Order: sequence, then C-alpha cells, then structure tokens
Amino acid sequence: MDCINQLAQCLNQGGMDAGLAQFISIFLGVVLVATFPLLVTILLIWVERKFAARIQDRIGPNRVGPFGLLQPIADVVKLLGKENITPTGADKPIYNLAPPFMVAAVLLVWAVMPLTPYHFGVDLEIGALYVITVASIGTLAVMMAGWASNNKYALLGAFRVVAQLISYEVPLAMAVLIPVMLAGSMSLQGIVKAQYGMWFVFAAPISAILFFISSQAETGRAPFDLLEAESELVAGFNIEYSGMKFAMFFAGEFMHVFTNGVLMAVFFTGGWIGPFVEQLPWLGLIYLLGKASIWYTISLWVRNSVPRLRIDQMMDFNWKFLVPMSILNVLVIAFLLQVIKQVGLTPIDPGNFIQNLPQTVVLLLGNVFVGYVMLSWVRSKGRQARAADEAKKMTAATVHAVGD
Amino acid sequence: MGARFAGQDAANRAFLRGDGWVMVVGGLTPQAIAFGFFTILTLGGACGVVLNKNLVRGAVWLIVSLFGIAGMFVLLSAPFLAAVQVMVYIGAIGILFTFAVMLTRSMTNLRQRFTAQWWSALIVVGMLFVFLMVSVIVPVWGGVAPELAGEVVATTTDLGAALVDGNQFVLPFEVASLLLTAAMIGAIVIARQHEEE
Amino acid sequence: MVPLWMYLAVAAALFCLGTYTVLSRKNAVAVLMGVELMLNAVNLNLVAFWRFQSPLNMAGQAFTAFVLVVAAAEAAVGLAIIISMYRSRRSVTVDDVDMLRW
Repeated sequence: MDCINQLAQCLNQGGMDAGLAQFISIFLGVVLVATFPLLVTILLIWVERKFAARIQDRIGPNRVGPFGLLQPIADVVKLLGKENITPTGADKPIYNLAPPFMVAAVLLVWAVMPLTPYHFGVDLEIGALYVITVASIGTLAVMMAGWASNNKYALLGAFRVVAQLISYEVPLAMAVLIPVMLAGSMSLQGIVKAQYGMWFVFAAPISAILFFISSQAETGRAPFDLLEAESELVAGFNIEYSGMKFAMFFAGEFMHVFTNGVLMAVFFTGGWIGPFVEQLPWLGLIYLLGKASIWYTISLWVRNSVPRLRIDQMMDFNWKFLVPMSILNVLVIAFLLQVIKQVGLTPIDPGNFIQNLPQTVVLLLGNVFVGYVMLSWVRSKGRQARAADEAKKMTAATVHAVGD
Repeated sequence: MGARFAGQDAANRAFLRGDGWVMVVGGLTPQAIAFGFFTILTLGGACGVVLNKNLVRGAVWLIVSLFGIAGMFVLLSAPFLAAVQVMVYIGAIGILFTFAVMLTRSMTNLRQRFTAQWWSALIVVGMLFVFLMVSVIVPVWGGVAPELAGEVVATTTDLGAALVDGNQFVLPFEVASLLLTAAMIGAIVIARQHEEE
Repeated sequence: MVPLWMYLAVAAALFCLGTYTVLSRKNAVAVLMGVELMLNAVNLNLVAFWRFQSPLNMAGQAFTAFVLVVAAAEAAVGLAIIISMYRSRRSVTVDDVDMLRW
C-alpha cells in the first residue's frame, strides 16, 4: 500500500491529476501481481520436463541454452508460430473465450496471495472462500471448451472432467475449513499470521493430505489425469485447440499446480514465516517460494511415479473415502477445539511455540483417530470385497467341477 | 509538496484507512462506475437469456447475469454472499443448466423461441415494470438522500454467528440442509434410468 | 454512493425479464432459466434493503442465503424432471407436455 501511495504522489507531483495518478499506480500494482505467476510458469515448464526426465532415467531438454534452460522460450516460440485452427461448426465466441477463462481462474487466486507481511494484492476478509470460488470458474471454462469444439470426443472428455472437478471440490472446501477454524479468520494473511506459533500441518496433517490430494485432482495431475491422458484420449477436451489457445491451457495447468503448491504453503506450512522476516520482509517471498517449491516437487514426484486411475475408481475414491474422511475430520477437529477451549489449553498468545504445544498434541491425536477410523473402515470393506470374490471363485470352481 | 492537490494528504490518509477511493472521473465515483458496469452485465445477460436462439449461449448469458449480481453483492458490502453466489450459482447451477441443455438436445437454432402468447406476456410484464417503478419504488425510496444507514456494517463473522445462534437462524439453517438432502435424493431418483422395468 | 432506488430498479427490471422468460419461452430449460433470474432479482432486493435499512441485523443476509439454497435445490430437481420428461417423450417443449397419461 505504501508503494502505491508513493507512486501516486510521485505521479501527482509530476503534474498528473490525483485521481488518475491513483488509478494508474493501482493498475501497475495489479499488473505486477498478475505477471509474477506468469513469469514463474515459464520457469516451471523447464523444471517439470527436467524432473520428469530424470525420474524416467533420461536427460531431458539440454540442447537449448545451458542445461536446456531456454527450452520454455523455444516452446513458446513454437506455439506462437502455429496456425490457429478453428473447427467448422464450432461456436466461435465460446470457443475463443474458454482458454482465457481457464488462465483467469488461476491468476485470480494470486490476487489474494500473501507474498510478504506487507505485500499482497488485496487482503479480502473472505480470502479462503474466494480461492475455492475462483477454482469453480475453471470448471466452467472446461465445459465451454468441450462444447464449443463441436467434437463428440471433446464433449465426452469435458463431461468427465467436469464430473471429476466438481466432485473433488467438496473435500477441497472441507479441507480448507480446518485452517480457517484454527486461525479464526478466512483472510489468507490472517491464516499465515496465526501460524507464528505452530504450523498447521502439525496440528492438522489429515487436512493437509486431503487438501493436497484434492488439489491434485482439481488440476488434473496424476494419478487423476484421466482428463488429458496424453497417451489415451489424445488430449481430452482440448483436442481441437492448437497454437496459442492450447498454450494457454498448457500454461494454465502448470500455473495451477504451482498455485496449489503456494496455497499448501500458505494454509499449512506458514507462508512467508521464517527467521528474520520482520527485519527483511523480502525474505518472506523467498520462504514462501521455497516452501511452495517443496510441495510442487512432491506433486511432480507423485505425478511421475504412479499409474492412472480410471474414472469410476476416481469417483469411488472421492465419494466413498475422501468425503466421509473430510466430514469426520471437520467434526472431530471442531469438537476438539471446543474441548480445548473449555479445558483451558488454548494458547493465550498464539505466537508462542510452547503454549501451542498442548493444543497441537490434542489435535494431532484427533487426526490420528480420524485416520485410524477411516483406514480400518476401508480395510474392512476391502476384506468384505475380497471375501465376496473368494466366495464367487469357490462357487464357480464347484460349478465347474460338478459340470465335468 | 505544495498545494497541487489540496486534499492529497487527506486523500492519502483516507486511502490508507481503506476508506475507498478519492478519484472522481467526470463526476462519477468508482462505485457509480462499478454499479453501471454490473448493471450492464446483469440486465444484458438477462436479455440474452430471453432472446437467445441457441440455448447453450443462453446458459452462458445466464452465467454472465449471475456474475453481475455477484458484483452487486460486493458493492452492497456482502462479500460472503457474493462468493457463495459465484460458487453455487456459477460453479454449480450454471454447469447444471449447461449439462441439461446438452442432454436434452434442444439447443441450436431454435426456430420457435416464443409461445403464441408472447405479445400479451410482453404487455403484462411491461405494465408490471412500469407500475413497480412509478408507484412503488420512486415514490417511497426515490426522494431519500443517498446516505446509508451508518458506516457500521455487520461482518461475515456476524453472519456465521447468526446462522448457529439458538435465538436467530439455526432452525432455518438445519431445515435448509434437510431440504438440500431431500432435493439431492429426489433429483437422483427422478433422473435415474429405470433399467429394471 | 448509489441510492437505494437504483438497486431496486435493477432488481425490478431483472424480475420482469425473468417473468417474461417464464411466460413466453417454449423450451422448458429456458423457463427454468427465467425462474433463476427471478430468484436472483429477489436476492438483490433483499440485500439492498438489508444494506440500506438495517445493516446490523443479519436477517437480510441470512434470508438471502436461504433463498439461494432453495433456488439451488429447485434448479436441481427441476432439471431432473426435465431430463426425465425428455427421456419419456423426446421433447422439452412445454406445449408438448399437455397430457397426464395416454
């Protein structure tokens, strides 16, 4: 805010009308906040390909520039140079609007991201809710893309994608509820500031896992990448997109994964908190990006190691495991927080590490309980399914034996 | 600093306080510009819903209109409702409408959009609007000075407390959740394909 | 600050457009879209009155939230009925659904 006012005053002294000066300085701030993730995405294209290559025991891009660092530039130049084909019969306005909507759905999240203690786009009092809301705009973009391509397979792909995306929004929203409860505020800056004493990942690990899994599914990352399934459905709902529009979907997806890493860092691992952040606020940005990179690396690691789930397995996993677990999680943590308040273990000074320990231990035990209950339920279901299979095989074997 | 803009300090302080903007562009405050923009979105989207030939485009216009309403909610200091509006209406109901349009194969190039009674409907609706404006809205609230009832507005925390307070809205809250469960089960049962028949 | 009557005028216009959609469109899905417009106009009215007349009393926002919930439930069930109707009669024109049983 100080920078914006300084810039406005500077422009005003240079002879510009005050209102216009304020508008231009705010506009420049917006441009800065919106350009930062786009620049990071360019680096991410390289990181992704190198990392995937190394896990797959090959080298990855290494021709263009030292260690292949200029590969993203080559990618962008190639995509810019491609012809923009619009299929016949495609609904042109909707066809052209879908890629920008997809990118917008990701960029809008950065407006509320607390980069340092003093630098952020805007500190909405409903920041966490806004993040989830904006994610649902991406679903709309996919639907528009699938429909407007005038292609049966794009439409089918879009239906499946939308089913997956709206299903996984439920555990995502419930997992975000826990940091909101622990911090007592929906604003992202408030959530980060409440983690001075103890990071939320230690008090609510199940929520962190839930958020991680759901956000992987929301972006269409493995093992939930049936959406694009590069080796199966050609490209799913973006079959008919080429050139810069495809580049927008592509970049939007990478940006979304990184944004999810940053959100993990903000909600669960303390955002910009780290040593010496009060003296040098710019260190906050470094800490945030470092933590986000760790989560991003974990997501890349998972992506390149596990096989893909089928659509019915994905839906089962969501509705029969993640949603009950997230509901149970919310109930248990809410109950335990009230119990802690009644017993008097609530930390009087939330910034103090020692005072936070009793609450954290109680919540951790609650999480272990939730995890144990869910896993034993899943195990018993698995046992039943296996017993049913055995019984079927036995009857089939006896029928076969009798039939001979 | 001089007196280039006499109120610059006050403006800066107001700005830092978060009191809103001080810029006035051609006599219109930013709130007026935002209101005009969201009105165009809302009413333009509604016109698109009424007049479209292609129902998928109609669904997109509906989404535009709902987004305009969400913007109005923000202008009226109800940010929680704006976020819920986008999440529920645009993220869920909009997509539901799009699915329904695609599944009922009734979309493109509708030759007959309107029923035979469209002209009488137009007259009735026009009269309703004129009646509302002239007899109800402008006389009762038109003359009041545009000042809000104070700057103190209840926050989202108050809404949350009200929804679970035994003296306030916990009963409608619980009934609403029952209603949603019933609607969910009902929709699934109605729209299911009956294989056993 | 934008005066109250302007918000009410927008809500009235939106309500009238929704009513016209319901009364004059042939397609059932379009009729439901009109119903959604009407419910949104009501929501806008409620929130405008809340903001201008009694911003400390949460009844306005709570009422709006419940109207939103009811609208969502009604849209879901209505569209399910339309899909079922399409399956049995292959048509979603409201004029064609004019017999209870044949």
